[in-house]
Amino acid sequence: MTAILTNLFDGVAYGMLLFVLACGLAVTLGLMNFVNLAHGAFAMAGGYVCMVLVNRMGWPFFAALPLAFVSSAAIGIALERTLYHHLYARSHLDQVLFTIGLTFMSVAAVDYIQGSSRVFINLPAALQGQFDLFGVGIGRYRLMIIVICGLLTIALQLVLAKTRFGSRLRAAVDDPRAASGLGINVPQVFALTFAFGCGLAGLGGALSAEILGLDPYFPLKFMIYFLIVVTVGGSSSITGPFLASLLLGIGDVAGKYYVPKMGPFVIYTIMIVILIWRPNGLFGRTAAR
Amino acid sequence: MSAASDVGYNAQRQARWHYGEIAFWLIVLSCGFLFPSRYLIMTDILRLALFTMSLDLILGYAGIVSLGHAAFFGVGAYAAGLLALHGIINEPVLALIAAGLAAMVLGFATSFLVIRGVDLTRLMVTLGIALLLEALAERFSNITGGTDGLQGIEMQPIFGQIPFDMFGKAGFFYSLAVLFLLFLFARRVVHSPFGLSLRAIKNNPLRAAAIGIPVNRRLIAVYTLAAFYAGIAGALFTQTTAIASLDVFAFERSADLMLVLVIGGTGYLYGGLIGAVVFRLLQELFSTITPQYWQFWIGLVLVVIVLVGRQRLHRWVLYVPNLILRMVAGRKAVVAVPEGDA
Amino acid sequence: MTIALETKNLEKQFGGLRVTRDLSLKVEQGARHALIGPNGAGKTTVINQLTGVLKPNSGRILLEGQDITDLPVHRRVLRGLSRTFQINQLYPDLTPLETIGLAVSERLGHGGDWWRRMGTRNDVNDEIADLLTRFHLLDAMNEQTVTLPYGKQRLLEIAVAIATKPRVLLLDEPAAGVPESERHDILAVVGALPRDVTVLLIEHDMDLVFSFADRISVLVSGALLTEGPPEQVARDPQVKAVYLGEEAVDV
Repeated sequence: MTAILTNLFDGVAYGMLLFVLACGLAVTLGLMNFVNLAHGAFAMAGGYVCMVLVNRMGWPFFAALPLAFVSSAAIGIALERTLYHHLYARSHLDQVLFTIGLTFMSVAAVDYIQGSSRVFINLPAALQGQFDLFGVGIGRYRLMIIVICGLLTIALQLVLAKTRFGSRLRAAVDDPRAASGLGINVPQVFALTFAFGCGLAGLGGALSAEILGLDPYFPLKFMIYFLIVVTVGGSSSITGPFLASLLLGIGDVAGKYYVPKMGPFVIYTIMIVILIWRPNGLFGRTAAR
Repeated sequence: MSAASDVGYNAQRQARWHYGEIAFWLIVLSCGFLFPSRYLIMTDILRLALFTMSLDLILGYAGIVSLGHAAFFGVGAYAAGLLALHGIINEPVLALIAAGLAAMVLGFATSFLVIRGVDLTRLMVTLGIALLLEALAERFSNITGGTDGLQGIEMQPIFGQIPFDMFGKAGFFYSLAVLFLLFLFARRVVHSPFGLSLRAIKNNPLRAAAIGIPVNRRLIAVYTLAAFYAGIAGALFTQTTAIASLDVFAFERSADLMLVLVIGGTGYLYGGLIGAVVFRLLQELFSTITPQYWQFWIGLVLVVIVLVGRQRLHRWVLYVPNLILRMVAGRKAVVAVPEGDA
Repeated sequence: MTIALETKNLEKQFGGLRVTRDLSLKVEQGARHALIGPNGAGKTTVINQLTGVLKPNSGRILLEGQDITDLPVHRRVLRGLSRTFQINQLYPDLTPLETIGLAVSERLGHGGDWWRRMGTRNDVNDEIADLLTRFHLLDAMNEQTVTLPYGKQRLLEIAVAIATKPRVLLLDEPAAGVPESERHDILAVVGALPRDVTVLLIEHDMDLVFSFADRISVLVSGALLTEGPPEQVARDPQVKAVYLGEEAVDV
């Protein structure tokens, strides 16, 4: 029983992490209908920035996290303004080719600069180890992830639902042409949202070094996970991807624990079954027909 | 000439052989005699060309974007390897066909997933299937050899007559023959009403259905056919290199494949051949500059191709050949790349 | 009189919005029937249900007495129900020859033929030649559709629909967006459609409607407002009220 609860706890932590990593992609896809397979590269960038700050420059971990966000967001907005925005109107094939190209470049570049082995971020002692809660083993680090990601999710919901920017964003999602007619600067909204999504990915990348492992192949290894979150969750709201992330996290942890021999088989199978059953995602808009 | 015979003549315009095409194949054949020390790399190019032709059938003609075409390549590769290793089918050509059929069965089964949903779902499902197979091959290492791959494959002579030699000469001509036959078949298919209906579906699926084309059935058919081609390419890989390892399923293989097709151009079958040559040359070039990091340059090529625009790039590349042909043959745009967005 | 196309209590909702309300429509064999209505009346939604692009929430659709409600788009076409599109829905990369060739091949059951080359069947070639001639497209048969002038594209649009040999043809605003100079060709072609083809015309242009139709149904907010011969509809005060400020109805 306690093993189940521990697994559930780990799964939730993993799932929340995935959500923070992938929600930027959900927005890019939902908002701009842009297939960004390079999303993981932004996460990796954040992770490596955090690693360099903490391990090489001696920054405290919690001070480095916001910088992971900021640096990925900065890279995001720079690329959005220079390259990405040219491709919004292009075919999905072009977008796929372009972002695969970026991914390859980022992988090779990080490999060149930092080497190909997995890196670890030195954690403060307070985040190491685990404690017992009614017999359930609770990892401190994972608890922190749940807290941070949970707060972020709530904040995101609030931003989208309550703020002016949120309503502009929703207007731009629903109908870009009408939105620009209302005086909303749609490209600017797009750029900011893109940058914010990249920043979240960067933060997620920094947090995930401990759990998912951080190496130059991160963007390729986890591309499928981000895509699962978005396709299964649907991209019409952030609730869908959030639930999909939790499902994926819990499923993956449970699968690795109970049927370790089947490896990632469980997740892929679940994903394919879900997509047969609901091609637009579990929580996506139902299609017109 | 009556209107009807005029129509018949013009309808077959694309399907007739051009001198350029015949010259192309003669050049390919003569390479086999001109560069006897380069059989291995040339065989590699032919395999890649066949694999790319398979992707062209679904992407260039039917507009299905796939991130996991390596799945079929891998199934063909392992099938051929296992057949040879356990002596189930010793004759290479029969084994090749059997391996192709294995991939075809998988293609048929998974096509039902691919025809559903939008581009994103397709990307996802194709990628997922390739990863799933990779995970399976790793899991059942007692059959597949796991991360070590299949080892100790010994190929029997082709038709029991022609043995595979260590210089790869037999392998080259064998691959060339297979490629050419499958090319002829594909060429025939794309110029049939079936092939034309694929282009219609790619252009406008809504309208395709509105003139009575059973869209899903056509997509299933072409996806299955493409899986057969990819399986044959994979089987050729195993037969000519005597190895099959997990990386046959790798995402990088599917991604490289897209690059090859995009370099060569989609929707006219020769894209695979031209792209494969250029791709391998680029790869050689990049790995002499930075052996370990050539992937960076491959990525850069992709980014540049997209930013410049695929069509514009092809106009530049074909500028000189077209100029020559125009001067020699007095025709315009002899080498044209018909290309719409997939 | 036999009924070519009929809807029974057709109902379609998007979310909570009822875009087709309890629509029962009868189109008689050989009729020139027009379906008109102000913008947003749900005309295109009706067409999409008739052709099978959209599935109605309830109600049935009958083609020559047979229920086709659950058939996919291409099956309805093979049964003899074709349409043209309001905005050109052609194949930009294909030529008129290929476009019409496809429709003809498909109807004659050669569409799945993967071995025989295009252009080697005389029955297909004859029909293509006939259609290209009738629709003034013979000279342009090898041009890519995307490069054709708009009027030619509209002609091709109709030619493709005719190539499927429909018994019921749905014309969705055939003359929309065509410059005045090229309108004549379109109107002539529409007027010359054989009488055994039943036509349901969806149109904004009242001149065209009243010169062409022998029966008119008026759709407002997804429901049938009135139906009758043109003179009667033109005199109907309700119709006038609906069109007031939109377009004057006069015969």
